Amino acid sequence: MELNSHIPEGKLEEKWSSHKAGLKLVNPANKRKFEIIVIGTGLAGASAAASLGELGYQVKSFCFQDSPRRAHSIAAQGGINAAKNYRNDGDSVYRLFYDTIKGGDFRAREANVYRLAELSVAIIDQAVAQGVPFAREYSGLLDNRSFGGTQVSRTFYARGQTGQQLLLGAISSMCRQITLGNVQVFPFHEMLDIVLIDGRAKGIVARNLITGEIKSYAAHAVILASGGYGNIFYLSTNAKGSNATAIWRAYKKGAFFANPCFTQIHPTCIPVSSHNQSKLTLMSEGLRNDGRVWIPKNKNDNRSPEQIPETDRDYFLENRYPAFGNLVPRDVASRAIKQVCDEGRGVRGKMAVYLDLSDAINRLGKEVISERYGNLFEMYERITGESPYRTPMRIYPAIHYCMGGLWVDYNLMTTIPGLFALGECNFSDHGANRLGASALMQGLADGYFIIPYTISNYLAELGTEKKNVYHPNFREAENKVKEQVRKFLSTKGNRTVDDFHKELGKVLWDGVGMSRSEQSLKDAIDKIKGLREEFLKNVKVNGIDESLNQSLEKAGRVSDFLELAELLAMDALARDESCGCHFRIEHQTEEHEPKRNDEKFSHVAVWEYQGSDNPPKMHKEVLKFERIHLAARSYK
Amino acid sequence: MKFSLKIWRQKNAQDKGSFVNYEVFGISEEMSFLEMLDVLNEDLTLKGEDPVAFAHDCREGICGTCGLFINGRAHGPLRETTTCQLFMRHFKDGEALTIEPWRAKAFPVIKDLVVDRSAFDRILQAGGFVSVNVGSAPEANSILIPKKDADHAFDAATCIGCGACVATCKNASAVLFVSAKVSHLALMPQGKPERQVRVLNMVKAMDNEGFGNCTNTGACEIECPKGITLASIARLRREYCKAKLKP
Ligand SMILES: Cc1cc2nc3c(=O)[nH]c(=O)nc-3n(C[C@H](O)[C@H](O)[C@H](O)COP(=O)(O)OP(=O)(O)OC[C@H]3O[C@@H](n4cnc5c(N)ncnc54)[C@H](O)[C@@H]3O)c2cc1C
Ligand code: SF4
Ligand code: FES
Repeated sequence: MELNSHIPEGKLEEKWSSHKAGLKLVNPANKRKFEIIVIGTGLAGASAAASLGELGYQVKSFCFQDSPRRAHSIAAQGGINAAKNYRNDGDSVYRLFYDTIKGGDFRAREANVYRLAELSVAIIDQAVAQGVPFAREYSGLLDNRSFGGTQVSRTFYARGQTGQQLLLGAISSMCRQITLGNVQVFPFHEMLDIVLIDGRAKGIVARNLITGEIKSYAAHAVILASGGYGNIFYLSTNAKGSNATAIWRAYKKGAFFANPCFTQIHPTCIPVSSHNQSKLTLMSEGLRNDGRVWIPKNKNDNRSPEQIPETDRDYFLENRYPAFGNLVPRDVASRAIKQVCDEGRGVRGKMAVYLDLSDAINRLGKEVISERYGNLFEMYERITGESPYRTPMRIYPAIHYCMGGLWVDYNLMTTIPGLFALGECNFSDHGANRLGASALMQGLADGYFIIPYTISNYLAELGTEKKNVYHPNFREAENKVKEQVRKFLSTKGNRTVDDFHKELGKVLWDGVGMSRSEQSLKDAIDKIKGLREEFLKNVKVNGIDESLNQSLEKAGRVSDFLELAELLAMDALARDESCGCHFRIEHQTEEHEPKRNDEKFSHVAVWEYQGSDNPPKMHKEVLKFERIHLAARSYK
Repeated sequence: MKFSLKIWRQKNAQDKGSFVNYEVFGISEEMSFLEMLDVLNEDLTLKGEDPVAFAHDCREGICGTCGLFINGRAHGPLRETTTCQLFMRHFKDGEALTIEPWRAKAFPVIKDLVVDRSAFDRILQAGGFVSVNVGSAPEANSILIPKKDADHAFDAATCIGCGACVATCKNASAVLFVSAKVSHLALMPQGKPERQVRVLNMVKAMDNEGFGNCTNTGACEIECPKGITLASIARLRREYCKAKLKP
């Protein structure tokens, strides 16, 4: 199969508008005859369901949580970018586009990123109209803050709860469509397979998590908005339920997977403190607006941080990257922190550095700081027992986000006709490293402003044929899912699902984490294979199928992680260069910055499943840069 | 640290349910309350027993999924703290802990400590929105909102829909939850045009779901992890009366 990204011809600035003008529309009276399934109710899924409902399509919306409002997007903290240039500080659509491409270390598509920057402004308008209570100035106008990798202030925020407020906004629009009868919700349902008829996505099989019932749902098109797979590392900043099952099962049905090795590590998270730790907690990048990262100059300095005078502190980010200082992109900050800790210069437990807001507290007063970051400070104090108002926070990098995901064309359609992927689960806009506050922007751009246009083009071509849930392909998929459930419950081994998951996480963190080498990747692949085999023979899942069974749910997710893990490591092995988050120790400059190889790797690595007995096949989508001049990324 | 746990076990909505006692050992102060339950569940699984079902997702205090009644208090002993944000340093070594699900007619138990809170969703669907279609929004800064109003609206909008207010109320009333959404939207100019229909529809939906009446005990305010206050309930009442009086 040939990859066609369907990027429109023409000038960068005109691509989206001319493309939209050429897309086919569905006549309003016919919209009601089309059914669309949306998997996921995060920002991407909820915004898509709401806007498609508004247009008059019949939407079925699924999520595994007990309520759509609890999708993982709810946890996003710091903010959302938009090129409004309300600050008059030199921002523009072009600059947001440029920052995003550069932040992604030149591994994203120009056309997609430009469109995202263009749409960013309308997202803020939409959210405000829904009643999202963004932070405001005394004038009543919207306030902004800065995020990493930029020199302008373009991030809109609602204290440290921006994701919550944006998601509740999108969910409220979806609620209205539920009341109007256009959207039907299926909470506590997990999609376990996608069903193709004549090569097109025509429905799904889902398990009702309360009754255990496995059932088919037919539709004219299916949208996946199932979020990221960062939990493959076990410890991550993602919610416990976040998983790769939806996209992985789509991959096994023929959707190609792009850049699986692009997994982002966030520099500022609360360090691991116990061996039973179940997740890691992010301290928003917003804190780097006012916070300064440092370690003592002398590695044996055991004084408490407040007692260490300025002259004995090493503000290593500011020193190393004077132009961007504490606001360098995430990959750059994470590596710098890891490096000082690996040199034994970390603080206290050694695997941590200080993130210090005392300068800002002194300058602006406790009240201003508490207004900006109050909830984060409280969260930090609850978890660590220390107050950041009194003593600097300790932070260390953690897995946070996945730039990789299902490959999609410019219309956000995967390689399976009729199957679309939105939000974090696609690979589209962030290249090898995402800038802060850009995931919310992307999820909402995809759902509110892109999919309503591109899906109509697909449906108009498809025509209003009857959907058919009695097609044998549905029975086949149902049986496969039932068989898997039976297998998990009957294995009766000696190790719990979590135990396997923890071990997988450790293998990945050690071999495919912040730095990767040929050897570490090959070792990881061997270990993953062994672990997967053991899982099949030795997993222990108790309880029954016909009721809520959380271990059973986890077993399905972890078994998919165990498969995806190998692809992740293979992709990292194949990408024999360093770029953004992907740091191959073989390819670094003398100053330990990643060294790209544009000649050989200026492409998206796109993997095609070839059955469980064969290695996947890699395709390349060559990235063509028409506007931007590829340069070594510098934040000095 | 070690703890004696008395946990509500119930197979499904039909089952009568009962308390079962467990002991957990080797718990450290840094562990969260839910991580302590993870330890118990790993142990039960290896013994071949069905682990205790409890709801959780973000484990950061924001998704509203978790919610346990611990020693007679919704979300346990700490103020403005969700269950997932309790850490074992907040408890005493050897302490006996009774752990129950939210109990309310409108929140039937699904299994063990997990309850069905879909009634909340149906209340929001009845009116918790501004009727604006994608594409028709005006330029964001054309709507000026005094900072004070925006801040108050935000405070109300932080409700996570956990249901602690209902669980702790002797009448199992959902008024705090409803008042939070009504306040959030009533305080912002965007929400004003529909404020009357909204409050009437949401209160009607609340009554239909079988929640009890509010008798001003104030218990909800004490247990709300997000600090939603009784002032919000007062605003709901004013909104409701105004809407009712309007011909
Ligand atoms: C702690 C934290 C803070 C963050 N802060 C920011 C920030 O400040 N700014 C920013 O831009 N980004 C931030 N991000 C990133 C951002 O939150 C996410 O990338 C984004 O919210 C993802 O949205 P989504 O809609 O793609 O998926 P999600 O919100 O993850 O939603 C996934 C949905 O899919 C459903 N689902 C998944 N699988 C299945 C299945 N098999 N069957 C049925 N349903 C399924 C789930 O139930 C859920 O509803 C943050 C991330 C984290 C972890
Ligand atoms: S009002 Fe408070 S206690 Fe009630 S649902 Fe909202 S956050 Fe929970
Ligand atoms: S698990 Fe999300 S609030 Fe507790």
